[in-house]
Amino acid sequence: MNPRAQVQLWAAKRISAAVLALCVTVHLATMIYAVRHGLSATAILDRTQGNWVWAGFYLLFVLAVSVHAPIGLRTICGEWLGFNSRAVDVVLAAMGIALAAVGLRAVWAVFAS
Amino acid sequence: MTDKIDVTVWRGTEQGEFSHYSVPRLPSQTVLDVVTYIQRRLEPSLAYRFACRVGMCGSCAMTVNGVARWTCRTHVEKVAPHGVLEIAPLANLPVIRDLVCDMRSFFDKWVRAKGYFHPTATRTDPIVRVHPVTPARRAADAGIECIGCAVCYASCDVVAWNADYLGPAALNRAWTLMNDERDSGGDVRLAAVSGDAGCHACHTQMSCTERCPKKIAPTAAIAGLKRATLVALLAGRL
Amino acid sequence: MRGGWRARNHPAYWAFMLHRVSGILLTLFLPLHFWALGHALGGAARLESFLIWTDQPLVKASEVAVVTLLAAHLAGGLRLLMLEFLAWRDWQQRLVAVAACITIGFGLGYLLNVV
Repeated sequence: MNPRAQVQLWAAKRISAAVLALCVTVHLATMIYAVRHGLSATAILDRTQGNWVWAGFYLLFVLAVSVHAPIGLRTICGEWLGFNSRAVDVVLAAMGIALAAVGLRAVWAVFAS
Repeated sequence: MTDKIDVTVWRGTEQGEFSHYSVPRLPSQTVLDVVTYIQRRLEPSLAYRFACRVGMCGSCAMTVNGVARWTCRTHVEKVAPHGVLEIAPLANLPVIRDLVCDMRSFFDKWVRAKGYFHPTATRTDPIVRVHPVTPARRAADAGIECIGCAVCYASCDVVAWNADYLGPAALNRAWTLMNDERDSGGDVRLAAVSGDAGCHACHTQMSCTERCPKKIAPTAAIAGLKRATLVALLAGRL
Repeated sequence: MRGGWRARNHPAYWAFMLHRVSGILLTLFLPLHFWALGHALGGAARLESFLIWTDQPLVKASEVAVVTLLAAHLAGGLRLLMLEFLAWRDWQQRLVAVAACITIGFGLGYLLNVV
């Protein structure tokens, strides 16, 4: 991978990190609210179903984490497992896409009624 | 306080073992004093490096009780209050023999990081007047006292995990040159310090900053390189 | 690396290790989380039966652990973004302490509301 591509990968990690910083803060606050008020499945789905704002929020969240996690795993594979070939990059990219797919299914699950 | 120090010293190359010696304890004794005593009185075949013995040259750096230090500036009292000392060569560098390591890869990486001056003027040009208090000059000054002792390099896990990683000293030097208005290395140097082997592999463990005997912060320099390479990328110069 | 833990025993290194380990554990957790939420595809009742299953002490303890790991990863990440993108200052050394407080804050917030 040339220097340009590597800087782009680093930048993608930092940008996704900044997006996730916002998403995670909101998510943690939401989760604490949810358990504090003992929300049931019905109560949760009442809030998320048909709600474009929540759907948009979680869509952004899923996409950001699907970029962020594989890049992190790539570094760990290289440094701790000694795997740093093009094949590893391809596998991790595929894992990122798979994660996004499962994540988008989850977003749809709580949005669609 | 005991009157003898129990010293274990690495003997051999990459393969070898620790040997045990008993050294009399003296006031204001440094670890270099201990190593010198062992070589002169107990084990003439012990190989070790030193030069100035007053904390100016960086030649005597070794791993003392697991931590990379200048042995001439490390008082035995401070690191071995119970009289137990373990001395080994610096980590992350091949061992030539006993306490001497091969510094070539350390300096090769310095060159690979383009950590050398690219002049712009000639001898016929007037001397450049460098203002001492600009942000760039302060950034350069924060890192130029490096004497290449390799304590930071030996302390860095990324150097241990990634054979190509240029390391804190080389990257620190590259950053000082990026901030030197007389230097023309610019984008070529930024390309050289980018990527998996460059500044982007630094995970801010800060062991380099923690251990540098000159109190330089290579982590700060590397953060500067990260910002500079990002700017170059966005400006299409990388 | 010669020396083992002795040379690594300082706050910035602990912060790095926590950040990396929490990242790995969260990456392992995430597919489970998405799969669990996918139960909503079967309607509220299906999700509800799943949520009832999670109402056991071991699962709740795991939830607290995951929330704390997420808070730790967030706080550590914010610290890293500040170290990398802001011009270097001395107070940044103390960011580790700030990050630790944020982590504990969120972790406790979840724990105290879930028991």
